[in-house]
Amino acid sequence: MSSASEVETAWGADRPESTPGSKKSDPILVVDGIRRTFGGLTAVDVDHLEIQRNKITALIGPNGAGKTTFFNLITGFDAPDAGSWSYNGEPMSSLAPHKVALKGMVRTFQLTKALARLSVIENMKLGAQNQKGENLFRAMMRGWKDEERANEERADALLKRFKMDHMREEFAGGLSGGQRKLLEMARALMTEPDLIMLDEPMAGVNPALTQSLLGHVKELRDEGRTVVFVEHDMDVVRDISDWVVVMAEGKIIAEGTHEEIGKNRQVIDAYLGSHHDEDLTFDDEEE
Amino acid sequence: MDFQSIIVNALQAAVSPEAAIFALAAIGLNIHFGYTGLLNFGQAGFMTMGAYGLAVPVFAFGWPLWTGVIFGILAAVVFALALGAPTLRLRADYLAIVTIAAAEIVRFLVRATSLSDITGGSNGINGFSSDFYDLNPFTESIKFGPFSFLPRTMWAIILGWVLVLLGIGFCYLVVNSPWGRVLKAIREDEDAARALGKNAYSIKMQSLIIGGIFGALAGMMLAISTGSVQPSPQDLGPPKTFFAYAALILGGTARLWGPVVGSIIFIALLQFTDGLIRGAQSAGWIPEWFISGTEVGVMRFILLGVGLMLLMLYRPQGIFGDKREMAFDV
Ligand SMILES: Nc1ncnc2c1ncn2[C@@H]1O[C@H](COP(=O)(O)OP(=O)(O)OP(=O)(O)O)[C@@H](O)[C@H]1O
Ligand SMILES: [Mg+2]
Repeated sequence: MSSASEVETAWGADRPESTPGSKKSDPILVVDGIRRTFGGLTAVDVDHLEIQRNKITALIGPNGAGKTTFFNLITGFDAPDAGSWSYNGEPMSSLAPHKVALKGMVRTFQLTKALARLSVIENMKLGAQNQKGENLFRAMMRGWKDEERANEERADALLKRFKMDHMREEFAGGLSGGQRKLLEMARALMTEPDLIMLDEPMAGVNPALTQSLLGHVKELRDEGRTVVFVEHDMDVVRDISDWVVVMAEGKIIAEGTHEEIGKNRQVIDAYLGSHHDEDLTFDDEEE
Repeated sequence: MDFQSIIVNALQAAVSPEAAIFALAAIGLNIHFGYTGLLNFGQAGFMTMGAYGLAVPVFAFGWPLWTGVIFGILAAVVFALALGAPTLRLRADYLAIVTIAAAEIVRFLVRATSLSDITGGSNGINGFSSDFYDLNPFTESIKFGPFSFLPRTMWAIILGWVLVLLGIGFCYLVVNSPWGRVLKAIREDEDAARALGKNAYSIKMQSLIIGGIFGALAGMMLAISTGSVQPSPQDLGPPKTFFAYAALILGGTARLWGPVVGSIIFIALLQFTDGLIRGAQSAGWIPEWFISGTEVGVMRFILLGVGLMLLMLYRPQGIFGDKREMAFDV
């Protein structure tokens, strides 16, 4: 577990201010005035948000806060009523989802999307980008065999890392909920993303595996990737996040390290306001 | 009742040009529905494109038959683009509605009186296929044991099944490729494919075009083998599409040989039940008040429908299908 000082040390001189919408020294994603309404309901209304490159940012908030909708907007799966955002300095508004993915911003889904009637290994190989064999004419010519072999090796290595290599030939439709989560995350990694956005990646994954998965997420950061993840389990958030962004009723209400967020009155109110019975585990066990 | 001749007729039907026509149409539907999950209910429209694309240049402009092959394929590509462009970004059911309507629209269009100089109107087009039959090496009927084929039929059978084999070869190559994997991914969950950087719209369009070309080939084969193009419901109307679907599902969707074996069995069964009913009738086993002579054609489709329902109950994956895959059907 990372202690308070560890997170602070990691940031060093780049330490952002702990205010909603604060500036980051090297943002990979910058969001401005993005708003999405469903009828009378404002699901997302974010004035400004920056995500620091090469860090693990947790996006938390009560149910219905707009986290998934925010993911949908940023990755092109949904269109906002207003607003703009840029990725690596490049405007991304109204880009089709597959183009977003090709630029290196790849997301997973809260409700997993395993491709049921494809085997686990085929699911994985689908993730590889810019495959020659995905062109119809080249597909006929069989010039893609070497590439396919290389992708398969990479897929096998990832499956091993996620302890799913024994399920290689199974249909994805036969996997358990937790296994599907793992497969979807591993498949997203096949794309070699720069920014990976995980929507509740640990939901339904058994605790023993969660620990090793958390290790993998940290490895992603160490490989130079940026991770944004939505999570309800505060232990997980405390474990791996370098930064925490809190959403409630569509707005960013707080940003900071997990210690700061755990003490933030507004955040606690936001959770208690909508979920009186929710078990709040903000009180840091290390204290 | 002469069982031998009923069976001989059924087997002869199994290899007939008609079976090859269904096989081609069903291969196209297998690409659409089996692999990509596209609901094309207008395969007859693609067949119309092929049939008229083939016959019109000969009939209206006096061009050689081979130019018609090119026009037939081009017409199918244009038809696919016109159907796909507005619908493939929408939910799957839009394509289904648009294809079934468009197929009927083109059939009514080609039979319009005002177009009869070009399309032959409601009379259709005859006598455009001589370029093909001039090449026929067979001069007398071909006999294998109890089977006998007219020279023209034999020549059409060869063309039809060569096309089917080429089509299967093509499918084998593309379906077992990364391209084919994207097709299946789109069938399973389009958004998952898009999240992984696949241009689902473009790939669906490619699938619609390729499967549509197979439909056009079926239409050309129909035109060639019968030597005529008719804008009738039996030839190019909705029943054609649904029989091709029946053949595909019978054989097993998303299986390489499913549409071919399904078509063979479909046509053979159709012929067999027809022979059986007629035989039973002439033997006096079925009273006239129960099924009259003209009702036999209808009766065999009823029997076939019951047969298909039984198949769906006891073997929903079709003859070649994988039972395991059916378990995850969503
Ligand atoms: N397609 C839609 N149509 C109508 N309302 C929607 C739609 N999608 C989301 N909403 C609404 O927008 C709000 C935000 O939903 P969202 O799924 O983004 O929340 P979330 O923060 O991901 O919640 P959870 O933690 O439960 O996953 C909710 O009130 C939800 O009902
Ligand atoms: Mg959500």
